[in-house]
Amino acid sequence: MATITSDAAAPGASPVDGGAPKRERSATRSRLVLRRFLRRKGAVFGLIVVVLLYLMAFLGPLISPWGYAEPDYTAFLQPPSAEHWFGTTKIGEDVFAQVMRGLQKSLTIGLLVGVISTSVAALVGALAGYFGGWVDRTLMWVVDLLLVLPSFLIIAVLSPAFKGESWLLFVALLAAFSWMITARIVRGMTLTLREREYVKAARFMGQSPLRIIFKHIVPNMASLLIIDATITIGAAVLSETGLSFFGFGVQPPDVSLGTLIATGTDSVITYPWLFYLPAGFLVLFVLAVNLFGDGLRDALDPSSTRARKRATKSEEESE
Amino acid sequence: MTAADLMFDGPTPEVDGPVLKVDDLRVSFPSESGRVRAVRGLSYEVAPGEVLGIVGESGSGKSVSSLAVMGLLPAQARVSGSIRFRGKELLGLGDTELSRIRGRRISMVFQDPLSALTPVYTVGDQIAEALLTHGKGRVSKQQANNRAVELLDLVGIPNAAQRAKAFPHEFSGGMRQRAVIAIAIANDPDLIIADEPTTALDVTVQAQVLEVLKTAQEVTGAGIVIITHDLGVVAGFADRLMVMYAGRAVETGPVDEVYPHPRMPYTLGLLGSIPRLDADEKQPLVPIEGQPPSLVELPPGCPFAPRCPMAVEACTTAEPPLAEVAPGHHAACIRSDEIAGTDADAAEVYGVDVVEEPPIAAVPREQRETVLEVQDLVKAYPLTKGSVFKRTIGSVRAVDGISFDIRTGETLGLVGESGCGKTTTLMEILGLEKLQSGRIAVLGKETTALDRTARKAIRRDMQVVFQDPMAALDPRMPISDILAEPMQVHGYSQAQIDARVPELLDLVGLRREHADRYPAEFSGGQRQRIGIARALALEPRLIVLDEPVSALDVSIQAGVINLLDELKAKLGLSYLFVAHDLSVVRHIADRVAVMYLGKIIEIGSVEKVFGAPEHPYTQALLSAIPIPDPVVERRRERIILTGDLPSPANPPQGCRFHTRCFKFAALPEAQRALCLDQEPDLDGAGDHRAACHYAESRAVV
Amino acid sequence: MQAPTGPYRKALSDVIGFLVRRLANYIVLCLVATFLAFALASLTFDPIGILMQRNPPPPDAVIQAKRVDLMLDQPIPQRFLSWLGGVVQGDFGQTVAGHPITDELGRRIGVSLRLFLLGVTIGVICGVVLGVVSAIRQYKLTDHVATLFSFVILSIPVFVLGTLLKQPAQAFNDLIGSNYLQTLGEATPGFQGTWFESLGDRLRYLIVPTLTIALGQIAFYSRYQRSAMLDVLGSDFLRTAQAKGLTRRRALFKHGLRTALIPMATLFAFGFGLLITGGTFTERIFGWYGMGDWLISGVTAQDTNVVATVTLFIAVLVLISGWLSDVLYAALDPRVRV
Repeated sequence: MATITSDAAAPGASPVDGGAPKRERSATRSRLVLRRFLRRKGAVFGLIVVVLLYLMAFLGPLISPWGYAEPDYTAFLQPPSAEHWFGTTKIGEDVFAQVMRGLQKSLTIGLLVGVISTSVAALVGALAGYFGGWVDRTLMWVVDLLLVLPSFLIIAVLSPAFKGESWLLFVALLAAFSWMITARIVRGMTLTLREREYVKAARFMGQSPLRIIFKHIVPNMASLLIIDATITIGAAVLSETGLSFFGFGVQPPDVSLGTLIATGTDSVITYPWLFYLPAGFLVLFVLAVNLFGDGLRDALDPSSTRARKRATKSEEESE
Repeated sequence: MTAADLMFDGPTPEVDGPVLKVDDLRVSFPSESGRVRAVRGLSYEVAPGEVLGIVGESGSGKSVSSLAVMGLLPAQARVSGSIRFRGKELLGLGDTELSRIRGRRISMVFQDPLSALTPVYTVGDQIAEALLTHGKGRVSKQQANNRAVELLDLVGIPNAAQRAKAFPHEFSGGMRQRAVIAIAIANDPDLIIADEPTTALDVTVQAQVLEVLKTAQEVTGAGIVIITHDLGVVAGFADRLMVMYAGRAVETGPVDEVYPHPRMPYTLGLLGSIPRLDADEKQPLVPIEGQPPSLVELPPGCPFAPRCPMAVEACTTAEPPLAEVAPGHHAACIRSDEIAGTDADAAEVYGVDVVEEPPIAAVPREQRETVLEVQDLVKAYPLTKGSVFKRTIGSVRAVDGISFDIRTGETLGLVGESGCGKTTTLMEILGLEKLQSGRIAVLGKETTALDRTARKAIRRDMQVVFQDPMAALDPRMPISDILAEPMQVHGYSQAQIDARVPELLDLVGLRREHADRYPAEFSGGQRQRIGIARALALEPRLIVLDEPVSALDVSIQAGVINLLDELKAKLGLSYLFVAHDLSVVRHIADRVAVMYLGKIIEIGSVEKVFGAPEHPYTQALLSAIPIPDPVVERRRERIILTGDLPSPANPPQGCRFHTRCFKFAALPEAQRALCLDQEPDLDGAGDHRAACHYAESRAVV
Repeated sequence: MQAPTGPYRKALSDVIGFLVRRLANYIVLCLVATFLAFALASLTFDPIGILMQRNPPPPDAVIQAKRVDLMLDQPIPQRFLSWLGGVVQGDFGQTVAGHPITDELGRRIGVSLRLFLLGVTIGVICGVVLGVVSAIRQYKLTDHVATLFSFVILSIPVFVLGTLLKQPAQAFNDLIGSNYLQTLGEATPGFQGTWFESLGDRLRYLIVPTLTIALGQIAFYSRYQRSAMLDVLGSDFLRTAQAKGLTRRRALFKHGLRTALIPMATLFAFGFGLLITGGTFTERIFGWYGMGDWLISGVTAQDTNVVATVTLFIAVLVLISGWLSDVLYAALDPRVRV
C-alpha cells in the first residue's frame, strides 16, 4: 500500500497546498466583502444615513417636547424656531414631532414590506423554478396578472375596506403586491441552481425536493435576497407615501411622510417647511437605501458588475 | 491573397529576423489582495513561418502575454518591457495605430468560439468587416462579401455562399472557430496568435480545426503562436516549444529536443502526468502535487520549488535564470544536468508506483456479479426551438436503444463526443425514474418496478461524482456537512456520521482538520476528492463518474485518476466512467463503449477497442487524439472526419455514421446501398462488438 | 439585415404565429385583470353610503332608484358581464353621478397618452444615450454625475418631484417676465386661435409635466443601459472585433451598443408600469384631467364603472407595451427569430 500512503500525504505534502495559507484567505473572506463595501463611499453614506434615520425615527419623539397630535395653540404656522424645531402647522401641531412620527410609520412599513415580500418572492420563485411544469405555469401566470394591474391601483381600490382597520392590513396589501418581479428573478436563479451539480447530487442521494429547496437553493440566493429586500424597502416606502399622499394609505389621525407631504404641497411657497421637511426626509431615506443596496450588491455579488468581473478574470488567469 | 497585398499602406521594410520579438515583458493587474504579477520577465521570438507552442497550466500567464502583444489587455493592466513586431515597437502605441496592425499584420484566434462572434451580425458580414476595416476605399462591399465566402470555403465550411448569411448561433462550435480563423487570415497576416483554439472543442473537431490552422499557415506563410495547456496538441504542430510557469518561461527549445529530453522537473512532470493513448501496459501517472503559487506575493527562489520533487535548499534562495542546456534548448533549473542523467523518467523522479490489481480481477468476468445492467434504453426529448420563444417542433431520441452491463470490480468507459447521448444515459440511470422504453437493473433490481423505499435503498448502492468540482459542492456548507448529507438522508445516527467523516477524509487523502472548512478554501483537485469522498460515504457498490477529471489541469488530473484507481482496488468498486477523453479512459477503464448519435457503435475490452478498433468512427476518434510525442505524431496517419455531427433530431437513414464515414466514401456504389438502407447491428465475435456492415480492424494509435 | 431566404421566411412566420398566440394570452390577462378590479371595487365600494351621508339624507325612493340604477341588487359577475357587454358596443356605463363614461373617455385618453408617449420617448432615447456614455466613461466624472443624477431622481417620488419642478418653472417665468410655463391644467381655458397657435398654447402647459415624468424614465433606462453596456464591454466578441482591426470606439458602437440594446427590449414592459403610476401622480399635481386623475377621483367617489374603465385602459396599455417588447426583442435579436 505504498501508493496509498504517498497519495494520502499528497495534498498536505507541499506547503502551498496545505491549509495554512488558505485558511488565512478564508478568514479574510468576510473582510473582503466589508472592504469592497467600504470602498464605495456612496454605500457607506447610505448605510450611515439609514441607520441614523431609523434611530431618529424612534428616538426623536422621545426627545421632542411635543407630541405629534398635540397642538400648541399659541403657535400657528410658525417657521422653525427653538421652541418648534421644524415649525408648526396651521392648527399648531409640532412639525418635528409629526415628521418623526411619519418617519417612524413609513420606515416601519417599509421594513416590514421588504422582509415579507422578499420571503414570499423567495418561496414562490423557488417553487416555480424547482418544480417547473404546471406549478411554474400557474405561479407565473399569477405573477403576470399582478404585473398587469399596477399595485397602486389595487390598493387604492381596496382602500375603503381598510379605513379604520389596523395599518398592518395596509402592510399586508403592500407586501402582497410587491413580490412579483423578485419572484421572477428568483425563479430564473432557481432554474440555474437546479442544474448545479450539488443540487443534482442531493437529488441522487435521495434528498426530498422541499429539503433541497431550503437547504441548497434558498441559502445560495441569500445575497440576492438580502440585496433585494433592501431595495424593496425603498420601493415600499415610495408606494406607501404615494398612497398615503392621496389618502389611500395611512389614515388620520395617524400620520406618515406621505400624508404630511400631501398637506404641505399646497403651501410649498407660503409655508415651505411644511413641504420641504417631510419631503426631504423621504428623499434622503430612499436615496440612502438605494445607495446602500447598490453597494451591497457590489460587495456581496461582485460578478454582477462587469468591471469587477474583468478584474477577477485577469486575477484568475494570473493566480 | 491579392486583395490583401493591395491593402498594405506603403511599402513595409522587409526586415530579416524574427516577426515577433518579446523582451522582458512584464504585466501586472491590480486585485483585491494586491498587485498580481501575471507575467514576470518573459522573452521569446517567433521567426517568419515558425510555429511556436506556448504550454502552461491555467494562471501561468500564457494568455495574458499574448493579449499584451495584441494590445488588448484591460486598461488597468500595467505593461512594461518590449514587444517588437518586424522591428517596430508595439508597446506604447495608441489604439488607432494598433488597430492598423491588428487584424492585418497580427491576428488572433480566441479560446471560446461560442462567444467570440457578435450574435447580431451574420458570419459573412463579420468576416467581410475585417477586410473592409483595413481596405477602406480600396475594397468594395461586394468584393469583401465575395472574399468572405471564399475564406469560409477555405476553412472548410461546406456550402459557404449560403452559410455566410447565417448568424453565429446557427453555427456549431467547430464552425464558429473556423469562422474566427477565417477572420484571422482574411488580411494575410504575418503572425497569428491562437489562444487555446481547440480547448472548447471535441477531439474530432479539434483535429479538423488544427488541420485548418495548418492550411491557414500554408496559405499565408504566417508565423503562428499557439497557446495550449495540452502538450499533445502542439507535439505534431509546433516547431518550438515554450513551457511557462508562474508568469515566466521555464523551458524552451525545439519540440524534438524538449519532448524526449525535458530538463526542467515541471516539464518532466507535465509529460508524465498525461495518460497516453499509445501506452501498452498500465503505467502510473505522475501527479504534480500542490498548486501554482499566488502571483501576488511570490516567495524568493524558484516558483516551482514547493511542488518539485527535486527541490533542494538552493532552490529557495534565488530564481534560476533560463540557461542554455543544449543547442537552442534552455531550461530554468539549477539541477537540469541531473535530470539529463535520469533518462527523463517522470515516474522515477516523482516516485509513483503502480496500483496492484485487486484479487477480483483474476475472476473471469462472466462469473462476477452484474452490478448494472442497461437494456435497450431509450430517452426522447421534445425538441424546442428558440431561446425565448420556445416551441416544440419534434422530438430528439438522445438515447436510442443502448445496452451494456457492468460487473463487480470493473470499469466501463462510456465515451463519445458532445451530443452523443452519454450524459442523458447517465441521468437516466441515476434518475431511477420511469423509463420511456427499455430496462435498467441495479444489482439485479429493476428500477421501473421500485416503490419509494426501494428506490432510496438503491441510491445507497449507486453514487455519483460530477465533472465540475466548483459546482458539485454546495458553497454554503462546510465539508463535514457535505459529507454528512447522504448519511443523514439514509438515516445514519449522528455518532455514526461523526465517526465516518474523518474516515472518508483519510480515504481520499485529505486531512481530518479540513472537515470544518468551506469548499471555496480548496483547490479544484481537492474539491474533486471531496466529491469522491461524498460518493463513498454510503459504501456504494457502483460509482457513476461524469467526466470527473475533465475540468482539472493535467497535473492535478493525474492525482485524481490515481486515487480512483486505488479506491477501486481497495474497496472493490465498479465504475461507470463517462468521458470524452479517450486517453483517460484507456488508462482507467477495463471495458469501453463508444457512442455516436444515441447508439453504442462499438463495445469491448480496452485492449481490443483501442488496439484493434473496428468501427470507422472509433478509428477516427482514436486517430484524432494527439500523442505527446512529436516523432509519433508526425508519423501518424490522421483520419479527419468531414462535417459536423448531424442533428440528433433528424439522424441519417441507415447507418447513422455514413454521412461522415471515410469508409463509406471509399466504397463502390453497389456496396453503399447496405449502409444507406439498413442500420447495422452491434455484433461481432465474443466480447468485442461493432455496429458496422463493413467492420474491419485497423490500428490507428 | 439580410434579405429573407427560405428558412428565414419560415422562421418569420413562426415568430408571427408566436406573437399572435402571445397576444391572445394577453387579451385573456386583460379581461381577468379588469374583472378583478371590477370585483374588488364592487366589494369594497359603497356609493350608497356616500349618498346617505348627504345632508339632508336623500329620500328612500331616490336611494332605491340609485341602487337599481347601479345594479347593486345583482351579483357581481352579472354586473361585470353587463358592463362588459356595454363595453363591446362602445358603452362604458355611467358614473355614480349618472354621466355617461364614454363621453369623457376619449378626451381623457388623449390627455394621458400625450403625457405617456412623450415621457416614454424622451425617457428611452435620453436614458439609452446617458447609460452608454456612463458605461464607456465608467468611474470617470461623467459616470459619477450620471449615476448620482439617476439615484437622486429615482429616490424622489413623482408627487414631490412635480412640486419641486414648479419652483424653477416659476423662477424661469419670473426671469423672462411672463407666465410662459404653465403648471396647472392642460390648455388655456377658452383659448381661441389657429391650429398652430393652439399647439403653441398646449406646449406651454406640456413642458413641466412632461419633464416630471421623463426624468424618472431617463433615470430608469440609463441605469439599465449602463449595466447592459458594461456587460458587453467585457465580452469576447468585442475583443474579436478589436482583434480584427476595429478601433475600440468603433467596436463599441458597432458591436457593443447594438448587442447591449437587446436586454432593453424586455425592460420596456417594466418601465411602462412605472410610467403609469408616475403619470397618475403627474396628472393630479398639474391638474390634468386624464385617466390617472379619473382613477383617483373614481376611487374617492367609490365609482366602480370608472375604476373598471381606467383599469381596462391601463391593462391594455401594459399589454401593448409587453407585446411591443416581444416584437422589439424579436427584431433586435436574431437568436430569437430562429
